[in-house]
Amino acid sequence: MMQIIGTWIAAGLTLAIFSFLYKDNPFYKFAEHLYVGVSAAYAILYVFYFDVKPLLIEKFITEQGAERWIILIPAVFGLIMLSRWIPKISWLSRWSIALTVGIAAGLGITGQIQGILLPQIQGTLVPLTSVNNVIMVIGVIATLVYFYFSIAHQGLVKHGARLGMVFIMVAFGASFGYTVMARISLLIGRLHFLVYEWLHLVK
Amino acid sequence: MKKEIPLAITFITGLIIIVTFFIPHQPLGTMQQRLLLWYSIVLGFTMLLGMDSLLRSNIQKIVRKAPGWPFALVLIIGFLGTLIAGIYTWATSESLLSLGSSFMYVYTYFIIPLQATMFSLLAFFIASAAYRAFRARSLEATLLLITAAIVMLGRVPVGVEIWDKLPVMQDWIMEVPQMAAKRGIFIGIALGTVAMSLRVILGLERTYLS
Repeated sequence: MMQIIGTWIAAGLTLAIFSFLYKDNPFYKFAEHLYVGVSAAYAILYVFYFDVKPLLIEKFITEQGAERWIILIPAVFGLIMLSRWIPKISWLSRWSIALTVGIAAGLGITGQIQGILLPQIQGTLVPLTSVNNVIMVIGVIATLVYFYFSIAHQGLVKHGARLGMVFIMVAFGASFGYTVMARISLLIGRLHFLVYEWLHLVK
Repeated sequence: MKKEIPLAITFITGLIIIVTFFIPHQPLGTMQQRLLLWYSIVLGFTMLLGMDSLLRSNIQKIVRKAPGWPFALVLIIGFLGTLIAGIYTWATSESLLSLGSSFMYVYTYFIIPLQATMFSLLAFFIASAAYRAFRARSLEATLLLITAAIVMLGRVPVGVEIWDKLPVMQDWIMEVPQMAAKRGIFIGIALGTVAMSLRVILGLERTYLS
């Protein structure tokens, strides 16, 4: 019974969102606001259940000695973050922001170099033994030249940037086509739900 | 002191992450992992601020009877309903994501259809954007049009029926020219992120403190 009610709710919400194709209307606004409210609560509970509870509460209970007290440091920073609710001491929240920004900046350097920069350069440094490899190397260099704004795009740089633009357009076209297909498959999924699971029009 | 201490915290934490990357031995070895856990915990508390902001602005809308206030009420009811369902599941089930729990019911019959339909709606808007953008007025626009058409047709059965080489062309485009441009863009993004991160750690970029 609960499953049938759930299916009807899901179908109603699906149709409410699709109603936006006609124009902005109260059904769409209802579904849109419900989506924001439900998603926000879901995200908060998810983070607290899978992050804060095991990393803070459970660790504080299970850990022994100094480790147990070290775990209170992020809790203090977390509480300091909530000082924004008290205007007189709201400046304290900068400490927590500084902590998160510092960690993100540190990871921004090591993570980007190790995770993106080096693998991408490694993928580009290939022997020029095939047409594909030549296109790959020229494409990467030309794209980088296009985004190199520190010097005027004149002479050889202008030609390089122009070639880079050609590669970028091919990449954007391919990404566009790829995205369209992903969205269409989601659309097919929703229509499949309405026709098969809700209306049972097709067995 | 209101600015110096946060700058020092940013500098020290950023430096710890970098140093532990190069010296993965104790006592520094586990510092990066530890800081990442701290990051997750502080993020959890930050979400409370977001929740407060969301509820506060919508409650004000209802109190002032601002245009569209009933929708703000829907948002709050949706929020509280999910929160109650989640807390109930937390208290009574083995896991928050237990099958058949009230929290999973909300996820399955509210969040999934709303999210999937919202994203699938973009298919229509992308199609209308394509109609406006895909006009072969220049070499670049023509390339965009041709590549997108090949990729789209190459990924569906009808593409093979039109020309059996379309999937092969689609694969080649994705693996060579598309990958080349993407690599260039990724390298640019990585270099930009490293430069920006250095500015933040060294205290040259302070906008996050305002």
